[in-house]
Amino acid sequence: MTADLVFPVVLLGPLLPTLIVLAAGALVLLLDLLPLHQARELIGPVALAGVVGALLATLARWGTPGRAFSDMVVLDNFALFVNVVICYAAALILLLSMDYLRRSGAESGEYYALVLFATAGMMLLAAAGDLVVLFLALELMSLSLYVLAGLFTQALASSEASMKYFILGAFASSFLLYGIALMYGATGTTNLDRIAAAAAGRSHDPLFMIGMGLLLVGLGFKTSSVPFHMWVPDVYQGAPTSVTALIATGSKAAAFAALIRVLTVAFRGAQPDWTALLWIVAALTMTVGNVAAIAQSNLKRMLAYSSIAHAGYMLVGLVAGGMSGAGAVLFYLLTYTFTTAGAFGVITLCERARDEAVEVGDYAGLAERHPVLAAALGLFLLSLIGVPPLAGFVGKFYVFAAAVRAGYLWLTVAAVLNSALAAYYYLRVVVYMYMRAPESTPVAYTPSLAGALALVVALVGIVALGVVPAPFVDLAQAAVAPLVR
Amino acid sequence: MLLTAVTFLPALGGLVLLLAPRRVAAAFKVGGLVVTLATLLLSVPLYVGFDGDVADFQFEEARAWMPDFGISYHLGIDGISLLLVLLTTFLMPVALASAWHAIEDRWKEFVVTMLILETGMLGVFVSLDLFLFYVFWEAMLIPMYFIIGVWGGADRIYAAVKFVLYTMVGSVLMLVAILALYYQHGAATGTYTFDLPALTRWVIPPGLAQNVMFLAFALAFAIKVPLFPFHTWLPDAHVEAPTAGSVILAGVLLKMGTYGFLRFCLPLFPDASLWFGPLVFALAVIGIVYGAWVSTVQPDMKKLVAYSSVSHLGFVMLGIFTLTPQGLVGGVIQMVNHGLSTGALFLLVGMIYERRHTRLIADFGGLWSVVPAFSALFMVVVLSSLGLPGLNGFVGEFLVLVGAFQTSPWLAAVATSGIVFAAVYLLWMYQRVIFGEVTHQANRSLPDLSPREWALLVPVVVLIVWIGVYPTAFTGKTEATLEALIAQVRAKASVAQ
Repeated sequence: MTADLVFPVVLLGPLLPTLIVLAAGALVLLLDLLPLHQARELIGPVALAGVVGALLATLARWGTPGRAFSDMVVLDNFALFVNVVICYAAALILLLSMDYLRRSGAESGEYYALVLFATAGMMLLAAAGDLVVLFLALELMSLSLYVLAGLFTQALASSEASMKYFILGAFASSFLLYGIALMYGATGTTNLDRIAAAAAGRSHDPLFMIGMGLLLVGLGFKTSSVPFHMWVPDVYQGAPTSVTALIATGSKAAAFAALIRVLTVAFRGAQPDWTALLWIVAALTMTVGNVAAIAQSNLKRMLAYSSIAHAGYMLVGLVAGGMSGAGAVLFYLLTYTFTTAGAFGVITLCERARDEAVEVGDYAGLAERHPVLAAALGLFLLSLIGVPPLAGFVGKFYVFAAAVRAGYLWLTVAAVLNSALAAYYYLRVVVYMYMRAPESTPVAYTPSLAGALALVVALVGIVALGVVPAPFVDLAQAAVAPLVR
Repeated sequence: MLLTAVTFLPALGGLVLLLAPRRVAAAFKVGGLVVTLATLLLSVPLYVGFDGDVADFQFEEARAWMPDFGISYHLGIDGISLLLVLLTTFLMPVALASAWHAIEDRWKEFVVTMLILETGMLGVFVSLDLFLFYVFWEAMLIPMYFIIGVWGGADRIYAAVKFVLYTMVGSVLMLVAILALYYQHGAATGTYTFDLPALTRWVIPPGLAQNVMFLAFALAFAIKVPLFPFHTWLPDAHVEAPTAGSVILAGVLLKMGTYGFLRFCLPLFPDASLWFGPLVFALAVIGIVYGAWVSTVQPDMKKLVAYSSVSHLGFVMLGIFTLTPQGLVGGVIQMVNHGLSTGALFLLVGMIYERRHTRLIADFGGLWSVVPAFSALFMVVVLSSLGLPGLNGFVGEFLVLVGAFQTSPWLAAVATSGIVFAAVYLLWMYQRVIFGEVTHQANRSLPDLSPREWALLVPVVVLIVWIGVYPTAFTGKTEATLEALIAQVRAKASVAQ
C-alpha cells in the first residue's frame, strides 16, 4: 500500500508581504554587484521601498486571513498586526542606517540585504503556524542578525557581540529544536492547532511538559527573558547602534508574536502550567532588568537592560492572558517599537570626539547645544518611563489593566514598582542632557535628513499612540481574537 | 468649553512660544505673563458663574475618549476645585513675575515648562475621570522636575530626582488601586467606567479590599501633602527649587494631595476613611507639632518656610479628617490660605536672596531701617501665616480646631500648640531678620521693593486681608459641596454597615 502524497495547493498570497521583502533583499544584492556608482546610491532607497511595499501589502490584507502550505503559514490578523510593527521597525531602522553607515565607513550592500532578510524572517516568525516554520523563520532572522551584529569588523566589541550572540543563540536554537522534537514525539505533529488537539486531556504527559519547557527556553532567549538574558547587554552594546535597534524592536516583536501564538494556540490546554511559570519569569525579568540598568553608565547597555525590563512587562500581559492580555501585549509592542527605535535613533545621530556617543556622560549639556535632539531623546525616555500622555504610558496601562482584571494583583504591584524604579535611570540621562554643563568636547550632531525623518515618524507615533490609543488598541484586540478562543 | 479653555490655554500658549526664536528673553517673559494673566482672566467667570448653593459639579463637560474602556474626557468643578483652580491661575502670573531677574538663562524653556505645568495642575483639579486625572497627575510631575533640576540651587539634581521618585512610587500604587476599583465596580454593576461620579454613586462593600485601595490612594496623596512621615522630599525640593518653583510647589502642588483626599478617598472609600481616620488624624497632629519644632531651629529662612508647610498642611489634613462641616470648610480655606501665605513667604525670601545671595537668618538683622516697605509687607505675611485674627490664616485654623475639638479634644489640644509654635518660629525669625541693629555692612545698602515687586506682592496681601475680613466670599462657594460630601460619606458608610 502506498501512502497518498497530497500536494498542498500552493497559495503565495499569504506570503506576499514576506516575499516582497525577500525580493527587495535580492535586488539589493544585485545592485551591489553592479559596477555603476549610481547603483550604490539606490541600495538604501530600494531596501526602504521593499519594506514600505511589504507594509502596504500587509495593510491591504487586513481582515482577510489566509493560510498556506497546509496551515504552515497562517497570515491572520494577528500576524498582520505584528507584521505592521516589524515593517515600521525595519523602515525606521533603514532610515537611521543610511547616514550612520556612511559615517562609520561600514556601508555595504550586504548590510541592507541582511536587514531585509532578517525582516523577512521576523515576518514569517509571526505567521508561523507550524513549529518547523517557526524554527526556520527564527533561524533566518537570527543568522542575519548574528552577521549584522559583527558588521563593524574593526571594532572588537562588535566582533565580540556577534560571536556571543551566535554561540548563545545557537545554543538556544538547539533547545528549541529539541523541544520541537519532543513535542513531535508527544503529539505526533508539529502543527500548532493539531498539537493543541492532541494534547487535550493529557497535558501532564512528561514528554509534552519537557517539550514545552524547552520551547519556552528557546523563545525566552529571543524575547530576552530572565534567566536567558545574558547575551543582551553585550550584544546591544557591541553591535552597531542601528542593528541594536533592530534587535531591540523587530526581533523582540517577532519573538513575542511567536511566543503568544505558541502559548495560546498549541499550549492552550496547559495554560495553568505555563502561567505559573511565566509569573515567576515575568517578575524576575522586570526586576533584574531594572536593577541592573541602574548601574549602567553606557547608554546602549542601559537601554539593553531596560529592554529586558520591558520584556518583563510584556510577560505580565501574557500571564494575564485572554484577549485583553494578549491584545495589550501587541499594543505594547507597537508603542515599545516606536519609542525604542527613536531612542536608539538619537544615539546614531550623536558623536563625540569622532566616536559614537554612547556614554551617558557624553550627553552632558546636549540640551544647550542641540535642544531639539535633546527634547526628542527626552520624550522617548519619558515614554519608556511611562509618563502620560505618551505611548509608553498607555501601553503599560493596558498591560496592567489586563493583569488586574485577571486577578494578578501582586504581579501588577511588582510591575508598577518596577516602572517607578526605572524612572531613576531614564531620568539620569535627562539630568545629564538638561541639568549638567557640557564637557570640553561636546556631543556633535550629524545632520541626517533620513535620520531626522525617522525621528519625526517615531515622535508622531509616540504622541499619537498616547493621545488617541483607542483605534490601535481595538486593532490589537481584533488581532488576537482568532487566537484566544 | 470654559473649563477646557482655562485648562489648556497655558499649554497652548506654551506651544506657541516654543516656536518663537530663543534670542529675546524678554519676549518669553512677557509672553508667559500674558498667557498666565489671560488664563486668570478666563477663570474669573468660573468664580462669578459658580452657584455656591449647589453641591453638584458645575461647568461640566463630557466626551467619550476611549469608549471601550469606559474612559471619558469628563471635566467639572465643585466648591473645592473651584477655589483651587482660582488659586492656581492666580499664583501662576505671580510666580512668573517673581522670576523676572532670578532666572538668568533658558527663559524660553522656563516659560514653556511653567505653562505646561499650569495645564497639568489645572487638569488635576478639573478632571472627573480617574484615568484623565491620573494622566494629569503624572504628567505634571515632569515639568516640576525640570523646574527644580534645571533652575534650582546647588543641590538641585538630588532634590529633583528625589521629588520625582518619591511621588512616582506613591502614584503607581494608586494606578493599581484605580484599576482594581474599576474592575470591582464593573463586576458589581455591569458598567465598566472610570467616571468619578458614577464610581462615587456605587457603595463599595467595606472590608479588606476597600481598606487596601484606600491605602494605595492615600499613600499617593500623603506623599504629595506631605503627611508625616512622608515629608522628607519636601525640604529638599522646596529649598532647591527657584523661587517661582517654590511658590508653585507650596502654593498648588501640595494642595493636590489634600484635594485627592477630599475628592477621591472620602467619597470613594467612606468606610476605610472612617476606619483609618484616627490614624490620619494622629499623623496630622504629629506633622503639625513636628513641622513647627523643626522650623524653629532652622538657620535658613527658606528651609524654615519649607518645614512650616509640613505643619500647616497638617492643619488641613486635621480639618478634613474631622469630617465635620467646620473642619472641612476650615481645611479647604486653609488650603487657599497656605497657598497665599507660604507662597508670599517664598516670594519675600526670594527677594531678599536676590539682593544678598544668602538666606541665612544670621546674615541679617535690622532690616527695618534699611527696607521698611519690604519689612512691613513681610510683617503682614508672617502674621497671616501664624494665624492672627483679621487675616486669612486665623479663619482656617480656627474652623479646623473647632472641628477637631468635636472629634478628639486631646489631639486638638496638642494641635493647638502648633499655632503657638508657629508664632514662635515665625516671629523669632522675623525679629532676628528685621529688628535690632544692622549687624552686617552689606545689608546697609539693600534697595527696597521695586515697582515690580510691589505689583506682585500687593495682590497677594489684598487677598490675605480679604479672606481674613470677609471669608464668606470664598467659604460661601464651598460650604454646600462640603456638607453634601459629609452627608454622602456618612450615608454610604451606614448603608454598608
